[in-house]
Amino acid sequence: MTTVTADPAPPSTPPGRSARPSRLRRSWEKHWYAWAMVLPVVIVLAVLIFYPLFRGIWLSFTNLNEANQVAEICTKSITGSEVCKENPNKWEFVGLDNYLRVLTGEVGEFWQWTGVTLIWTFVCVACHFGLGLGLATMLNRPMRLRGLYRVLLVLPWAVPAFVSAFAWKFIFNERFGLANAVLSAVGIDPVSWFADRWTSLFTAIVTNVWLGVPFMMVALLGGMQTIPSELYEAAEIDGASAWQRFRNITLPGLRPVSMTVILLGTIWTFNMFPIIFLVTEGQPAGQSEILVTGAFRAAFEGIRNYSLASTYGVLILSILLVFSVFYRRALRKQGEVW
Amino acid sequence: MSRVKRPGRSRRSPVMSFLLHGTLILASLIAIGPIAWVLLSSLKPGYAIQSSELTLFRDTTLANYSYVLTGTNFPRWFLNSVIVAAFTMAIGIFFSATTGYAVSRFNFPGRRPLMMVFLVTQMFPVAILIVPIYTIMARLGLINTMPALIIAYLTIAVPFCAWMLKGYFDSIPTSLDEAAALDGCGPFATFWKVVLPLAKPAVAVTAFYTFLTAWGEVAYASAFIQTDNRFTLAYGLQQFVPQFNPQWEYLTAAAVLVTLPAGLVFFFAQKHLVSGLTAGGTKG
Repeated sequence: MTTVTADPAPPSTPPGRSARPSRLRRSWEKHWYAWAMVLPVVIVLAVLIFYPLFRGIWLSFTNLNEANQVAEICTKSITGSEVCKENPNKWEFVGLDNYLRVLTGEVGEFWQWTGVTLIWTFVCVACHFGLGLGLATMLNRPMRLRGLYRVLLVLPWAVPAFVSAFAWKFIFNERFGLANAVLSAVGIDPVSWFADRWTSLFTAIVTNVWLGVPFMMVALLGGMQTIPSELYEAAEIDGASAWQRFRNITLPGLRPVSMTVILLGTIWTFNMFPIIFLVTEGQPAGQSEILVTGAFRAAFEGIRNYSLASTYGVLILSILLVFSVFYRRALRKQGEVW
Repeated sequence: MSRVKRPGRSRRSPVMSFLLHGTLILASLIAIGPIAWVLLSSLKPGYAIQSSELTLFRDTTLANYSYVLTGTNFPRWFLNSVIVAAFTMAIGIFFSATTGYAVSRFNFPGRRPLMMVFLVTQMFPVAILIVPIYTIMARLGLINTMPALIIAYLTIAVPFCAWMLKGYFDSIPTSLDEAAALDGCGPFATFWKVVLPLAKPAVAVTAFYTFLTAWGEVAYASAFIQTDNRFTLAYGLQQFVPQFNPQWEYLTAAAVLVTLPAGLVFFFAQKHLVSGLTAGGTKG
């Protein structure tokens, strides 16, 4: 907001260069309030998101870690004065070494984690969207108790992620969890959920689906309510069945909302840290680790390896950027302007 | 919402009606089940929680709650969390609303890149970039202070909220802005007095989202806060999870206590959730 008081452009501009400044000035006069409104956000994002990003990219080409980050090693001598000498193992530029080590599997299990991440993201988003769409369609009809159902179904959204992670870990506990108690009540042997890769991943997916469906449901329900009811009435007069109305009116009408929530949902799920970290903890033996949690453990357990963490960060960001570019391109091909 | 289109009901066959309500009841049970189970467990003593026998109530007691409330720094953490969440909410609403409005109404240079930037910020693996952010906070002298948390939470919440509010502002007719301009309102006054009051549902959702972001976050809190009397509730209560011997009975009670305030905010916001989240409600 302080930009408002910025002094006006000097009245005498040297001849010959007047075209550009005056265009700038007109642009400024026309848009200063829009810029003033977005300025605080831009500054905060620049400092806390983009500076770390560029620093992260730079660090991924070095070998900086907790042990070699200081430029000088200082030791106190007996007399109390400090003697400093240069750190012989000071961090340095190493080029693409980090990327090579990560991609060849020398550190961590990049390809395995990526595979798990893809399965995890696909299954979670498909379930979120499918269940969300189903529930939204049901809630969009007039019926008794609709308000109550809606409140109950949205409730998981209000639960902080780490609490739901804890709640489901509690339910899937091998000795006294609700899941095994129910299984043995119907005569099935209790399952040691975290001993097998797939059951372990299953518990995390259940948790995340439970946590994520309300958002999808609410977004899609909102989208459905913007579809004009005349369309449905006209279709009914033409004798369209419920399925035909759903396919030909509801789904196309939801397209803009769906495209956005699927993209956001994919990004959020891909980077969903707390669920995997707290529910499966990567068990068994790191096999249910996704990229973010695997990278976190690889880089921060033991000596904190900042450059390695940055390398993973850059790789994850690149995957998501590539995905969203292709996603948008695919949409544009179908004539969707978004 | 409940007053739209009544006539549909009479045409539904009893079987369909049974299926519809049956499915919704089942889904609702799944939705509240885990919360209810934790709530029930929190009222049991430790040995009853750790038995494999399935019971709803057993030796009901409030001892877990009284331990969590008195045996820890709970009141202090609660207050810290309220402060952090309230500031995140207030500042978050203000910034996302102004930004969302500017992006929705003015075709200024830099508008499309800004929208892209909002999307890209969502792609950041926070867990991994937490160290560079820590360095910046340290340089600004903000480590172990609440502003560090508030700022960090704003960077998580504001891009999505601005995006969402932009969608909602798009659905408010611009003719209102023009009318206000004719009445002599400047762009800020138009925004503040005309458009923002109409966007109440979306503001309610923003409030809910920003509050929840700040309330339940653990990663930043554990990185930036170092002394016990500055912990937020979510982080403080994590202390019940020692690596090998989690104290389930206290954890359940703590989980309920953390969730309650979030549930309260949810209760006030839920009426607006559907119309506010989507660039929807033509009525506003």
